[in-house]
Amino acid sequence: MASNSSSSRHQTARHRLSIIAGHLQRPADSDAALLAVDCKAQANKPNVSAGDRSEGRTVPRKRQEIMKWNGWGYSDSRFLFNKKGQAEFTGKRYRLSGMIIPGLKDWMESTFGANLQHKTQATPALNSSAVQPPTLNEVFVEELKSTGIPFSHEAEDRVFRGHGHCLHEIFALREGKIGRVPDMVVWPSCHNDVVKIVELACKHNVCLIPYGGGTSVSSALECPPEETRSIVSLDTSQMNRILWIDEKNLTAHVESGIVGQDLERLLNESGYCTGHEPDSMEFSSLGGWVATRASGMKKNIYGNIEDLVVHIKMVTPRGVIEKSCQGPRMSTGPDIHHFILGSEGTLGVVTEVTIKIRPIPEYQKYGSVVFPSFEQGVACLREVARQRCAPASIRLMDNEQFKFGHALKPQVSSIFTSFLDGLKKFYITKFKGFDPNRLCVATLLFEGDREKVLQHEKQVYDIAAKFGGLAAGEDNGQRGYMLTFVIAYLRDLGMDYYVIGESFETSVPWDRVLDICRNVKARIVQECKDKGVQFPPLSTCRVTQTYDAGACVYFYFAFNYRGLSDPVHVYEQVEHAAREEILANGGSLSHHHGVGKLRKEWMRETVSSVGMGMLKSVKDYVDPNNIFGNRNLL
Amino acid sequence: MANTDGGWDKANLQNEAEFMDILEDQRHCSDLRFAFRTFSPPPYKGGPTCSTPELNRAVLDSQYLRYVIQEVAVETGSSLEEVRDEADKTLQEMSQNLQLRFIRLMAFTFRKVFKRLFSAIYVNMEGLNALQQAAQEFPVILMPNHRSYIDFLVVSYILFTYDIPLPVIAAGIPLAGMKMVGEILRRSGAFFIRRAIGSDKLYWAVLSEYVRTIVKSGFAPLEFFVEGLRSRTLKSLPPKLGMMHMVLEPFFKGEVYDVTLLPISISYDRVLEESLLAHELLGVPKPRESTTGLLKASKVLQESYGRMHVNFGRPLSVRKLCEGKINRCQYNLLPRDLPQKPNAEAQACTSWLAHLIVRIQEEGSLTSPWSLMACVLLQVPATALTEQGLLFDQLTEKTLWLRKLALDCGAHLSWPEKVSDSEVMSSTILLHHSIVYRKAGCVYLVRADEPERKHPISPEEDVMRTAAAFLMLASYRNQCLHVFVRPALLALAISITKSTQRDEIFTCFCFLQEVFSYEFIFIPGRSTQDFEEACSLLEKCKAAHVSQWEVTVSDTGLEVLSFLQELLKPFIDSYQLMFRVLCEERDGSFTEKEFLPAVRSVATKLIISGKLQTYEALSSDVQKNVLSAMRRLGAVTKIKTSESLEYKVNKSAVRRNADMLAGRIPPQIVQAVPDARL
Repeated sequence: MASNSSSSRHQTARHRLSIIAGHLQRPADSDAALLAVDCKAQANKPNVSAGDRSEGRTVPRKRQEIMKWNGWGYSDSRFLFNKKGQAEFTGKRYRLSGMIIPGLKDWMESTFGANLQHKTQATPALNSSAVQPPTLNEVFVEELKSTGIPFSHEAEDRVFRGHGHCLHEIFALREGKIGRVPDMVVWPSCHNDVVKIVELACKHNVCLIPYGGGTSVSSALECPPEETRSIVSLDTSQMNRILWIDEKNLTAHVESGIVGQDLERLLNESGYCTGHEPDSMEFSSLGGWVATRASGMKKNIYGNIEDLVVHIKMVTPRGVIEKSCQGPRMSTGPDIHHFILGSEGTLGVVTEVTIKIRPIPEYQKYGSVVFPSFEQGVACLREVARQRCAPASIRLMDNEQFKFGHALKPQVSSIFTSFLDGLKKFYITKFKGFDPNRLCVATLLFEGDREKVLQHEKQVYDIAAKFGGLAAGEDNGQRGYMLTFVIAYLRDLGMDYYVIGESFETSVPWDRVLDICRNVKARIVQECKDKGVQFPPLSTCRVTQTYDAGACVYFYFAFNYRGLSDPVHVYEQVEHAAREEILANGGSLSHHHGVGKLRKEWMRETVSSVGMGMLKSVKDYVDPNNIFGNRNLL
Repeated sequence: MANTDGGWDKANLQNEAEFMDILEDQRHCSDLRFAFRTFSPPPYKGGPTCSTPELNRAVLDSQYLRYVIQEVAVETGSSLEEVRDEADKTLQEMSQNLQLRFIRLMAFTFRKVFKRLFSAIYVNMEGLNALQQAAQEFPVILMPNHRSYIDFLVVSYILFTYDIPLPVIAAGIPLAGMKMVGEILRRSGAFFIRRAIGSDKLYWAVLSEYVRTIVKSGFAPLEFFVEGLRSRTLKSLPPKLGMMHMVLEPFFKGEVYDVTLLPISISYDRVLEESLLAHELLGVPKPRESTTGLLKASKVLQESYGRMHVNFGRPLSVRKLCEGKINRCQYNLLPRDLPQKPNAEAQACTSWLAHLIVRIQEEGSLTSPWSLMACVLLQVPATALTEQGLLFDQLTEKTLWLRKLALDCGAHLSWPEKVSDSEVMSSTILLHHSIVYRKAGCVYLVRADEPERKHPISPEEDVMRTAAAFLMLASYRNQCLHVFVRPALLALAISITKSTQRDEIFTCFCFLQEVFSYEFIFIPGRSTQDFEEACSLLEKCKAAHVSQWEVTVSDTGLEVLSFLQELLKPFIDSYQLMFRVLCEERDGSFTEKEFLPAVRSVATKLIISGKLQTYEALSSDVQKNVLSAMRRLGAVTKIKTSESLEYKVNKSAVRRNADMLAGRIPPQIVQAVPDARL
């Protein structure tokens, strides 16, 4: 099917890949990565050795081989201050890799009061003795062995699957503190493996926690400390094949463990894409998206995950749940997909998903607009949403974030570029009279036919002009999207210098966007002050998605914790207060991060007691013995 | 809840030493130069604000007003255009038009007038500094008490002097009707509100949207008198909640991060309108506000009025105060622009805050020597004051004793320092020559001039002659009542119950709070704290011993207790009298117009016969308060008939209250009807 490898298709694929690499900041010159590899869809043998299967895949069973155990992302990629005191980004994977970022040091010092002299050292390597010995269910292990499904109870493997990327989780790891972690890890390689594992778990009363990409920021992967049964982490990362592509209906049937970048790359090779690009797409998995109701940056064209899935297969303690056909819409009672979407691993394991695919767009263009104030920026986004002409992505950053983005500009080699930058700045602040401490910037991404993109672009810029917006170039736009992928790496750098922070999100009706942004940011500042934080925090936001009836707002919050005895506790109090503020201002509990355990205290008021009862009764029916015992959500 | 009563405690007050006389400071510079000083308040951080026409446009264009206009058009059958014009007219009538030029004019005039009227205007600088800071952060609501027309622009005058953004001020519509003056006030920042809005939906909508827009946009600090009107009795009035809710709503709905409330206590040694107020209370109608009237009144400007204290309270964060008291999520499910009746929680929170502000105003006001003297004088038999006179030395001795008691009760005195006590006493009597005079070592009450008539004056006329002076005296006593009211109610409860059981006394204390809920200001839901405060004050004065179960009177405490009981006696007597009148109503229903003269005539007779000691029963204020309290307690109901409002008496309920107040039957905790004044 996909191996209909005409050279033109490979051409498109290559083009498409370079675009993806563009906003992933991966250098687009690695030929190996660009080769369109035939899909192994027909290779449906259950027990192929892992080595064979992971060819061209990002995530190995031993994640620690390529990824940090106590920080974000690849081991080879990180920010650091070099001997000259300049910030640089290591490795070769991203566009920013190997570059000097001259503005970052000043920005960190002035924003946080951070100081290069004050450094905290993370525990360099995992000390296995700090990890509790596993509680194993011997009979379960015995029977599992007989199935031939690979598993491990090595400390490193277990620790890696006992956390997501919440601040408190990473902070604890850096301090070498390990709490309750799974007792063993299993790597099923297909749907049938999962069926077997779940059956065994039910039979021997073992607790299962599904694990996809490990990018959770809701404490969803934390093992409930009160859990006394043996906890088995079910790592789907080896279930990563595209099983088939249906070009007539434009769908692909994919195993749930595939991570975003692999899915996109493999589809590209056939000339397709899903267009689903959450910020975590390098590491997050298809199953994870389904289980948390993920949202992608380009949802305006492609839709969110619930719009993208056509069919889901999930293994539960009661058996397998799936629909009987692939009709695009059904009126058959409540959509059972919606029990699965957002179930956060409490009901079962998503094993296979049929997802919509699209031909790779012909043309892609970044853009940016500067507004004199955030208020005008929001008004513009609202108008864009009203006219339903939002580009693939449109994001509005506030003034602080604009400055942050500015600080991340890599060193420019040519005097000409820096001269141009100076000229631009002069034009905007002096000639147009924008206040540098109030202006904000919207970043845009257009996609589609070249002609339509240009037309669309004009329409959006015309609207922007009505709200005082000035086009500010493709570069600024692209750098804005880059920020998304490197921000998580930056947090690790911050933590080296006593700065801790996190992001969180919400969705809110249009008329409340400005109020919620102002109030939540102010609340963060006030709470930090009240809780004894010695330095003013960074409290910033951006509007990242537009809908007909509202928008998704993303907050970043970080502070210098020098002088605090329990910074994580202070951090959690402030985040808690910020969430209270969000809810009091008509914001939702979450737009796409999910609830996990971090936010479940607010679930009842969010969905009402009856709503809770409904969810609870589904859980009670599907999983009466709480085999899927991660205790998220409810 | 105790902790959420928020940054409110006794520390709210500044020491007298920190007060600065702003007239002293200014006597050296010319009035003109002062009026033309550069005025540069620090900018508001919430963003640039708009002009007056932009503000008005925003109000008219608001979703809220458009919605109400549509509703009203449907209800009345008029066209949208007509209703819109009506709204526009209303807004024109209401809108302020603050212009710095007029503030300068006002500053110039005021300085001239103030320097003549007052020996000093004391302002606490610390409070001003805090206000200047606060005004940059969030919308500020200036909330002065209201005792005199002078209050109206004095705050603007001070803010102009110290580079703080000038407020827009809510004023009664009669002021707008004054020729010239109305326009000057408008341009000095006043906006005008009709008195009886009733159920005029469109008017409410325009007003509330106007106020909310000012708060939301941070257009200017907003000043309003939470008591609603000038207090005729110089006592705090129960707060009005409508305006209070309008300024809180933007916070409740998340449209602003916070709102800062700033209570201001203005205290006068002598109030310009003293005699006018007393006569009003006796039923002489208040002259309509008019420019000619103002000019005629210029003879009051020849007099001296002593000192004025303007105490700027600490800025209060509504956000902090409302923590745990309001669930802002309740506004999530309706568009915030649509009219929405405040729910019980929002009403309770508004009422609580409004009462809190009034209490802080009370705490922040300064008690003058004259106010203490008034307390003493009113405890002397009336005839003694009018005929024999009170020995000056006796008055001095008793006043000084009271000064100590007041200090023990936490009062803030404006007792002049560096002057001997007898000098203070003499100069105070001189200042208040309209009420008392000193002759041959004795102090007498000033009575109105005998009318030149042939026939001898009737006893009734004689009562009225004396009454005005007594009511003036009572008003000055009222200025410091808030200092003593809690321990006094406790003293009263002890004497009524004749018990030592703490819970019995507490029940009676709560009953008294209910009965006098329109007379004195108590924060709703704080009876327990009020009681404890009263207990600890009596203990501090060594008047009582309080244990977990008992409150016992100590031997040394009789003087204090009997003073406190006597202090409230005029109220008890007046209330009992009115209860009697209510019970004697023949058909059990009456209008307010019938009630007041009835009470007055009975009271006059009793005073003549010597059976009633107090003249306060003649005050229309007390009479209205009794009616309101009885309504609240369900003993009287208001019925709307075709022509007028009628009251219907539940005689047995009134009698029960009278018996409880007299200690004939044990009081019960009464379930008051919740206020529906919002």
